[in-house]
Amino acid sequence: MSTATPNAPQDTTAALPADLQDERLIAQQGVRGWAGAFLSRLKSGDLGSLPVVIGLVIIWGVFQALNDSFLSSRNLVNLTLQSAAVGTIAIGIVLVLLLGEIDLSVGSVSGLSSAILAVGMVNQGWPSVVAIVVAIVAGMVIGLAYGALFTRFGVPSFVITLAGLLAVLGLQLYVLGKEGTINIPFDSGLVKFAQQTFLPLAVSYVVALLAVALYVLTRLRVNSQRAAAGLSTTPNVMIGLRALVLAVVLLVPTYVLNRDRGVSVMFLLFVALVVVMDFAIRRTGWGRSVMAVGGNVEAARRAGINVKGIYLSVFALCSTFAAIGGLLAAGRLAAANQSSGGGDTNLNAIAAAVIGGTSLFGGRGSAYSALLGIIVIQSISSGLSLLNLDSSIRYMVTGGVLLLAVTVDSLSRRSRAAHGRA
Amino acid sequence: MTATAAPATTAVLSLKGVSKRFGAVQALKDIDFDVNAGEVVALVGDNGAGKSTLVKTIAGVYTPDEGTMTFDGRTTSVSTPAEAQRLGIATVFQDLALCDNLDVVGNLFLGRELYRGRALDEVRMEQESWRLLRQLSAKIPSVRIPVASLSGGQRQTVAIARSLLGDPKVVMLDEPTAALGVAQTAEVLNLVERLRDNGHGVILISHNMSDVMAVADRVHVLRLGRNNGTFHVSQTSTQEIIAAITGATTNAVSERASRRVQKEEQS
Ligand SMILES: Nc1ncnc2c1ncn2[C@@H]1O[C@H](COP(=O)(O)OP(=O)(O)OP(=O)(O)O)[C@@H](O)[C@H]1O
Ligand SMILES: [Mg+2]
Repeated sequence: MSTATPNAPQDTTAALPADLQDERLIAQQGVRGWAGAFLSRLKSGDLGSLPVVIGLVIIWGVFQALNDSFLSSRNLVNLTLQSAAVGTIAIGIVLVLLLGEIDLSVGSVSGLSSAILAVGMVNQGWPSVVAIVVAIVAGMVIGLAYGALFTRFGVPSFVITLAGLLAVLGLQLYVLGKEGTINIPFDSGLVKFAQQTFLPLAVSYVVALLAVALYVLTRLRVNSQRAAAGLSTTPNVMIGLRALVLAVVLLVPTYVLNRDRGVSVMFLLFVALVVVMDFAIRRTGWGRSVMAVGGNVEAARRAGINVKGIYLSVFALCSTFAAIGGLLAAGRLAAANQSSGGGDTNLNAIAAAVIGGTSLFGGRGSAYSALLGIIVIQSISSGLSLLNLDSSIRYMVTGGVLLLAVTVDSLSRRSRAAHGRA
Repeated sequence: MTATAAPATTAVLSLKGVSKRFGAVQALKDIDFDVNAGEVVALVGDNGAGKSTLVKTIAGVYTPDEGTMTFDGRTTSVSTPAEAQRLGIATVFQDLALCDNLDVVGNLFLGRELYRGRALDEVRMEQESWRLLRQLSAKIPSVRIPVASLSGGQRQTVAIARSLLGDPKVVMLDEPTAALGVAQTAEVLNLVERLRDNGHGVILISHNMSDVMAVADRVHVLRLGRNNGTFHVSQTSTQEIIAAITGATTNAVSERASRRVQKEEQS
């Protein structure tokens, strides 16, 4: 039966899944196929989060070599507590960057949110829930205003939010009034949440294992759906391997953190927001529209997407995340003052998103860049302060890392263009 | 009315006195244009005659300065592409309008995603994509690569497949075969005939006269942004249409043709 008729190849392809029948497609089946595909993706400049992971390993290695308390449980718990607020702000920055826009005012908005919370709770005696809601709504309204200005008049987001940076800072000072600093009582729920709430030991492991189980179950379900639809599936070995990596990535830090105070619930909230936004970006129609607008506005418009609505929702979400970040920062500091949200908050949030691998050119990135990026930035900051180097050095190093990240972004963009993956 | 013409149907899409200018350029002037259900109308004209502008005006990308549009018997004004889509007008634009960062599936279903609960149903969309692409004999290695990495013809196939989603009443194809291979061009022409047989109205823009004569029922000629005649394919010749396109009975095309005839006679 092995006569070389022209039909023979078709007989073999008929057994292949629908998406693997093109003979020019370099075979992608089995573990080896997956490894090959991964390598070729890297070579063509589709780096994803690999550079930042490598960078993080280097940074941790260097600081640990210079001072062996860097990777101590105590310092790592501090790192999680320091990351949550600015990391939450960075999630919003990821969203605007996906559209190819920018929001320079997130620091001011987070400061305003801190101020509203403190004045509301302490001076006005509002219940804390009311103060929190008012602060978040204020952030959302500011974002809607940016979105309206942007879609109505076409003013570049860079300029709108630069004006917003000043105006909202003024609003923050106005809300704070003459006092300048308002302390939030230590027994208030928000301060307790931000400073002292950690997962019980057993719960932390259960959460980590549940996450792994959820991952495996989703992948298996997708596999069975794909098999039923006649499409290729991920080999089970690969799913197992990935689940193993995920388990290590989750359980080892949990163990290390539990040797000190444990897993901060505030940090967990930040991670949960990242996971939710990642789902929203990759798996919902809204997220698909955001990516489309970031990739080609005109094509998105012609596809019938409500482009203005997308801009409005993203600017509003960005400011909302900034306001939530401001609340977490106020809780952690147990105070709001004139420098809340000032200093390097703004730049750290933007740098985190970019360092984490979200492109400045729009249409490319992931919510996880907020998580990875903020850990890089806080690691640098914490490592340098352990070495008793002051903020002058910290700014220079963070600036250097940001420049490196932007260069990697631009280079990989060029390489993608050359390899046809732009 | 001649015996060969299709039975008189009311136009599914009809334009009256449509004008559009870009600054000092009068791109369209007083255009009247009809498409019936189950009819293929070829829109022809020289470069810059205003064909793409007319298509974009119908598709809601541009709003006309003057004129009215009737769709399905009702006077409508389409001011956004979303409205045109809701009415049932699908368009393949000359400049394709694809999102380079999204994969083939993402582009095919952009704005019309399939859901499973509240999340995107990637599996069903991928399956549908293969079905659509097979139908067009598409040569696309994978639907999970960004469209930036596809060739010009592959991108064009994706854009055409896009217009088949949903159940449009009118399909507009702006030079759909310009970058296609021989087999794919034939498939697109088959597709145009299938669309007509299923009762869709098709507007086809092409510079290829043999394609036009092969599939169109009527040819509508634009010249310098104005109507320059409508011809029933069964009652006209390529020469007549070319004369209407170029605006003269003696033109570069007919001169070349007669030169060739002379040469053949001499040899
Ligand atoms: N966005 C625009 N802004 C200004 N002028 C435009 C614009 N689009 C088209 N035009 C002008 O309108 C006229 C008609 O252009 P159009 O693209 O409709 O031509 P066409 O018939 O599709 O030509 P082709 O066969 O080359 O595709 C041209 O003179 C062009 O310069
Ligand atoms: Mg054109």
